[in-house]
Amino acid sequence: MLADIGLFATAFAFLLSVYATIFSILGGLRERHAWVKSARNATLLVFPLLTLAVLMLVYLLYTLDFSIAYVADVSSQAMSPFLRITALWGGQQGSVLFWAWLMSGFVAAVLLRKWQRDREFMPYVIAVTMLTTAFFIGLVVFITNPFARLWHVTGAQDLITSVLQPANSMPYIPADGGGLNPLLRHFGMVGHPPTTYLGFTGFIIPFAFAIAALITGKARDDEWIRTTRRWTLVAWIFLTIGLVLGGRWAYDVLGWGGFWGWDPVENAMLMPWLTGTAFLHSVMMAEKRGMLKVWSMVLIILTYSLSLFGTFITRTGVIGSVHAFAKSALGPAFFLFIGLTFLGSISLLFSRLKTLKSEHRVESFVSREAAFLVQNMLFLAITFAVFWGTIFPMISELVTGTKITVGPPYFRQVTGPLFAALLLLMSIAPFFSWHKQTLPNLLRAILFPLLSSFVGAGIWGYLHRMHPSSIFALWIASFVLSAILYEFWKGIRARMTSRQENPLTALVNLFRRNHGRYGGYLIHLGVIMIALGFIGDSYFKQETQGTVSAGESLALGGYSLRYDGIRGYQGSDGRDIVEASLSLFQGDQALRSLSPRRDFFTVQQQPTTIPAVYSTLGEDVYVLLVDWNNQDMSTATFKVFLNPLINWTWLGAIIMVLGTVIAAWHSNQQEASYVLKTVALAPETGD
Amino acid sequence: MTPEIPKRKWLSKSGQTITFAIVLALLSLLAFGLAKASNGPVESGMAPDFTLTGYDGRTVSLSQLRGQVVIVNFWASWCPPCREEAAYLEQTWRKYQGQGVVFIGVDWVDTQKEALAYIKEFDITYINGPDLRTIIADAYNIKGVPETFYVAKNGELRGVQIGPLQSPVLDQKIEELLSETYP
Amino acid sequence: MVRKLLVILAIATAVLFAGIIAAKAQGKVPTDDEVNAVAKKLYCPVCPNTPLDVCETKACQDWRAQIRDELSAGWSEQQILDYFVAQYGERVLAEPQRKGFSSLVWMLPVIAVLFGVVIVWQVLRGWQSGRSRAPVNPPDPNISPETLARIEEELKEMK
Repeated sequence: MLADIGLFATAFAFLLSVYATIFSILGGLRERHAWVKSARNATLLVFPLLTLAVLMLVYLLYTLDFSIAYVADVSSQAMSPFLRITALWGGQQGSVLFWAWLMSGFVAAVLLRKWQRDREFMPYVIAVTMLTTAFFIGLVVFITNPFARLWHVTGAQDLITSVLQPANSMPYIPADGGGLNPLLRHFGMVGHPPTTYLGFTGFIIPFAFAIAALITGKARDDEWIRTTRRWTLVAWIFLTIGLVLGGRWAYDVLGWGGFWGWDPVENAMLMPWLTGTAFLHSVMMAEKRGMLKVWSMVLIILTYSLSLFGTFITRTGVIGSVHAFAKSALGPAFFLFIGLTFLGSISLLFSRLKTLKSEHRVESFVSREAAFLVQNMLFLAITFAVFWGTIFPMISELVTGTKITVGPPYFRQVTGPLFAALLLLMSIAPFFSWHKQTLPNLLRAILFPLLSSFVGAGIWGYLHRMHPSSIFALWIASFVLSAILYEFWKGIRARMTSRQENPLTALVNLFRRNHGRYGGYLIHLGVIMIALGFIGDSYFKQETQGTVSAGESLALGGYSLRYDGIRGYQGSDGRDIVEASLSLFQGDQALRSLSPRRDFFTVQQQPTTIPAVYSTLGEDVYVLLVDWNNQDMSTATFKVFLNPLINWTWLGAIIMVLGTVIAAWHSNQQEASYVLKTVALAPETGD
Repeated sequence: MTPEIPKRKWLSKSGQTITFAIVLALLSLLAFGLAKASNGPVESGMAPDFTLTGYDGRTVSLSQLRGQVVIVNFWASWCPPCREEAAYLEQTWRKYQGQGVVFIGVDWVDTQKEALAYIKEFDITYINGPDLRTIIADAYNIKGVPETFYVAKNGELRGVQIGPLQSPVLDQKIEELLSETYP
Repeated sequence: MVRKLLVILAIATAVLFAGIIAAKAQGKVPTDDEVNAVAKKLYCPVCPNTPLDVCETKACQDWRAQIRDELSAGWSEQQILDYFVAQYGERVLAEPQRKGFSSLVWMLPVIAVLFGVVIVWQVLRGWQSGRSRAPVNPPDPNISPETLARIEEELKEMK
């Protein structure tokens, strides 16, 4: 009954989205406002319908209705209610519905807010968003339907999954479900897919407006950029959070002591983030200086296409990965859609090139415009390197017949220098003025941060003199940190002297008076903190593995771990747990006890390894239980990682979110001061 | 008003053509990848030829076995379902040995030490050898182990068993293949 | 007498050295870390995109045991890597080889970066070549932050 409601809701939503697509295009081309309005109403209805469908599915999962094939697949008796709900996106069918639902939510919100302001864009915004939504709902209805049931055809050996009842069959209701993949039973499951999907789907808004601007010939104005600026920030920050949560999840559950493995699915998520970040910056220049308009268009088309490509790889198994969903029938449909989207958007772009002339000029190679351009190029170069490395195995197989692996060593060596250049640029670019920056001025501006960075690098280099190759990376990090902190310091000092504010009030007011700029600085601060985590991971990571018997210790980098004992017991949701206990010492000082364990899920016959971690700001001690003597439990094998600076990554992500919230904050006052600054003042530190 | 700036060159006709060409190439690549991913193991047509050097030094070449029924079994020592069918395979081999049936065991990504232990454990007497560089597995497009391919007397593939073989499936299949006649 | 003692000492030292060399040739049991150091450069031939030192399946344990045996037999890291490639194919290497077709994977990003540099150069030149519409007053670098803050305040009050 409830499944049928869900079924009809999705089918109806599909029809409405097709209707909206057709009538918005026709209404726009023939200037029939009534049709566009009707399309809009249809669009607004899609979201509540999909909400209904999602609620139905959640209820079915929660109540463990195993007559539904999806529920039997991802849910089981042993799972907690919390996990049962997150199973909504635990499998292919549910996650496509979830994706479509989120997308329809974004679209509905944009239509409600922007209907009045951007009338002329609306028909094409609706058309683009609804075409995409129709595609995803179409996938749900026709190819991977979460409301399909299990049937047993008399005489056949296998069960059939289908929405409609096949001939000569009876419904089949298993006694228990397969249960969520053990690796997915972690709090990261709550955060990572939703934020990632929000990030991916959110980019459809600026994309749709960009296409609308191209079609209506209004691409020359920045209207489409201004309108979607906040939406872009929202999509981007969600994608950022999604990436970080994914990394955190991998760190907690996959048991290889790191958080970024350059796996194809990880790369698939990184690429739209890279171009999305480039896009964020290029639209700043398009808005402020009327430049890089074509380029911004290209970037948003690229970002959106890459996010489609990302979900295509993940869902179709074209490139093998530990992350990918089980193979499904989505492939051909998805492939056609990606092809159409990409070819269609660039054709449109090429045909409208004349409407995208640039306006302004610069006087010097050394200017903020130039810095933006170089930065964008660096982002694109990194994106290309990641893309090339990700698809090369396929190319190699096609051309030579041999399969090869392109792994972390490749990506580290190729993108490392580019990231370093990017960080360096990030530190000095705020010191460049628009138009032209004279070298003496520049040097004067960066003198203080540069000097403190040398001091900083000197200290760090001395502390880490065992790793001379790290000094350059550490210097860059110090430089960026000093530059950003210096900017804050200058601003605070200015307010303190001119307004007699105390430092704290001054800081708060800095943010209030100029969201964009200081929010941006905060975001950059977060970025360099995340970079610190990567630097620690690349240069200073230590690991060791050894077998010990009770009372013996393993030593690593000033720490020692004494093996105390091991025990086995039954866990909550159908798992057998073997847990070891260790005592962590630093020198002679006892710090705490750690309990790494190995869980074995009896139903899925799958083990997961849960590390025990001791975290400080400086480093993590990360311990894995690798093996143990099954006969008498006398010895056990442990793998210990020392991960310096890793917690800076998680902290940096929080700072980035904070900075983005500040930067995106709605402010009337900001508009006024922005206008004044660009026209009249252009102060030495640039704006 | 504003002069033609060099940037425009990049967006000119040739630039557009190149862009389209690259996009189309990429899409073709994806199509290829998709097709490859959805392909199952080879089930019909001529069985891909291969040469295998066994752990015991014997060599066998599929094309030289024309006229005999060939059972090609992919296995690995670390694969639990393979162990389930190992005894049945050896038993069936001994039953049909000398009647124009050949068994070939292809060891897939295994270690010599463990493979030899496995062979000894099940007292396997038909030829087993490592699939160097996984050439044979790639040719047959296997998705995992165990997989058993049936090759008829004329060299054509007659299907594949994915998963462990259970009695009497293999016996029946061999009888079927032995009774094949060609005009 | 002393000479006899010296001879005995010399022979004993020689025997001792020979023993040490023989023992080294037989190889001590490699530590897990040494095995992992080699395994790090390899990928599991079966599981998708999983480095060999991390993978926990039985197959991977067998392969690591193989590395251990080869290390104690005195093989060098390169020999072990070559053996794995000969056995399981090129995809077992974590880093693509720099020769043959795989060299393309390394070369193209370099070419792309060079291409990017050229584009940036061209675009910047293009931006410069157009004369500016109206002379923009170069910003006065001597406005102190305090003055700026005060100007801002007054502008704000004007709103």
